[in-house]
Amino acid sequence: MLFTSVDDVSARLAETGYLASPAVATTVFLADRLGKPLLVEGPAGVGKTELAKAVSEVAGARLVRLQCYEGVDESRALYEWNHAKQLLRISAGRDETWDEARTDIFSEEFLLARPLLTAIRGNEPKVLLIDETDKADVEVEGLLLEVLSDFQVTVPELGTITASSRPFVVLTSNASRELSEALRRRCLFLHIGFPDEELERRIVRLKVPRLDEALAESVVRVVGALREMDLRKVPSVAETIDWARTLLALGADTLDESVVHDSLGVLLKHQDDVLKATAKLDLDAV
Amino acid sequence: MTAPSADVAERLTGLVGALRSHGVRIGTGETLDAAQALEALGLADRERLREGLAATLLHSTGQRRVFDPVFDVYFPRRVGMPSDSEAPPTDREDLRSRLAAALAANDRAAIAQLAVEAVDGFGGYGSSPGSDGWSSYQTLDRLRPQTLMARVRDSVRAQRGGAGFTDRLLEDEIRQRIEAFRAQVATEARRRVAERRGRDEIARRAVAPTAERVDFLFAGRAQLAELRRVVQPLARKLATRLAARRRRAARGTIDLRRTLRGSLSTGGVPMRPVLRRRRPVRPELVLLCDVSGSVSGFSDFTMLLVQALHDQFSKVRVFAFVNRIDEVTGLLVRGAADADGLSARIRSEATLTGWHDSSDYGVALGEFDERYADAVGPRTTVFVLGDARTNMSDPNLPAVRYLSERARRVYWLNPEQRSQWGTGDSAAPAYAELVEMHECRNARQLGELIARLLPV
Repeated sequence: MLFTSVDDVSARLAETGYLASPAVATTVFLADRLGKPLLVEGPAGVGKTELAKAVSEVAGARLVRLQCYEGVDESRALYEWNHAKQLLRISAGRDETWDEARTDIFSEEFLLARPLLTAIRGNEPKVLLIDETDKADVEVEGLLLEVLSDFQVTVPELGTITASSRPFVVLTSNASRELSEALRRRCLFLHIGFPDEELERRIVRLKVPRLDEALAESVVRVVGALREMDLRKVPSVAETIDWARTLLALGADTLDESVVHDSLGVLLKHQDDVLKATAKLDLDAV
Repeated sequence: MTAPSADVAERLTGLVGALRSHGVRIGTGETLDAAQALEALGLADRERLREGLAATLLHSTGQRRVFDPVFDVYFPRRVGMPSDSEAPPTDREDLRSRLAAALAANDRAAIAQLAVEAVDGFGGYGSSPGSDGWSSYQTLDRLRPQTLMARVRDSVRAQRGGAGFTDRLLEDEIRQRIEAFRAQVATEARRRVAERRGRDEIARRAVAPTAERVDFLFAGRAQLAELRRVVQPLARKLATRLAARRRRAARGTIDLRRTLRGSLSTGGVPMRPVLRRRRPVRPELVLLCDVSGSVSGFSDFTMLLVQALHDQFSKVRVFAFVNRIDEVTGLLVRGAADADGLSARIRSEATLTGWHDSSDYGVALGEFDERYADAVGPRTTVFVLGDARTNMSDPNLPAVRYLSERARRVYWLNPEQRSQWGTGDSAAPAYAELVEMHECRNARQLGELIARLLPV
């Protein structure tokens, strides 16, 4: 058990600079308590990956990360045999008998552990982050199922390796592909949306401490208004922070039309969106 | 809340049952997890409990819309009526001014508390047991929170000193707060009714279905907006599925004849399998959409989907009709960023109606054959979208037969329930004999159909 209560989760995550909403804190606590993997969905830039990092920092655990992409496969995710070393071993022992040579080359020594195997081997506490699970092909989900439900990996030549201490598992997804029902069933589900106004203000103040209170509030309100618009890509928390930093660099004390107009590009990444926001916020006069 | 655990278990299973009846698939394993979560979290903090149960029972974001109201019914904020009989009958003006103050301060706890008081004071109707109840509509009608706008705005401005750039955001923000208050009133009224009539029934009836299960024909304005939000991920999902299918299809199957001929040089051992190369087909899509008032929700939605799928196909042409037909492909492409005004623009810029404005399939289809004969060829897949209600006019079956002879495939997607086909002025059965007709009532069905029917 990493945490004693939900409040403990919030407090300790906050120490690392991760301000958790009640939903996040509760779910992290439950994932720890029930020993289940945590599937985190939500738009880009709301801190899904950061959450895993923060938990590993709090727990003093090693972070093992599997970055998924189209084409990631067993040898990238699970394990691989070190063929070069195996060949070396065979050619090094020219004088030994066949039996001696044969038994050796499929042993632990020649196994290259990839993230999933790394995460379940050994005794030190670990946080396994399976990042952007939706980017991986469907077949990879099959690999994950064994790891996530039983915390074990089967290597045909060695047998089944079971975790002696369960890692804390976080899977993230942007929902660009529908994950299978089987995978979802094995996980606790958490959707991280955009934080509410008050939480976002605290995040901004924490990340950009030199920004004064009133300006931070204005920043958050403008971002909130932008998120209400029908944009192709609404600004994320990461972009709010970027914007706050930009404003600081520009030396702006308050928001006015020209400042917002000039720095809107930090928040919005499509020209259509910029035009739409300009019209909606009445920035045309500048 | 210090309820005995048997009661809590019953509530939990009731909650699970209600969620299942709304199409959320929950297994026994999840229910057990939820029970463990309940135990670990306790009942003291309701919002934590909500999050905890959501995390264990749900599997996707969209289900949350069903979960929250059901949760409110089974794990209510409070049980019974707040009136301790000492509290004076609520005064309408007093409540309004306290609400205005709470809205101005954005004090969520106070707003929630006022929602309870409002239902208590103004929501009750009837006096005899059995015919009395609680109505959020009546509460809001008497309280008229939307008229507080100016008052709240002025008081916020007075506090903040007005001016400043963010001042222009104020009205929208207040509008959202009022909207939140209205939702809380609805929740509270639902909870009280649930207490009276039994939770199970209310949970089943009073909760809106998830966006993807909303009937196109009965979707309200808010739900249509929600449907629009479903489109984007749906289109992306379809796109990846199609891409995978195309990848697989491009590889082709083994060409046995050429493999054997190639194997002659290796003594009949087929060393190199030869794959049959596929002729690159360019799937073309033609959509004929009925955009008359009766099916507007459906056609709006479909066209948004088409718009999203646009880059998947070499050629998509979209035609809209009511009783005349006109091409609207250009409007769809140009309006890529502005989905909202799409149907309005189609109606204003294309010639869709003749001398009356009820739909006439026979005339429209006939006109399509005449004017746009070149749009349909042996590579074209045609989708007809509409309810096939011709207002008693000639369905013009030869036109459809002619269309189906020329096109590669013709599919008709009908947003009406299958049992309604053929009733009244519906020509659905007659059309269904000529082309494949599918029932397509909600976003989920549409997504499944499109994925299955679209050409590779």
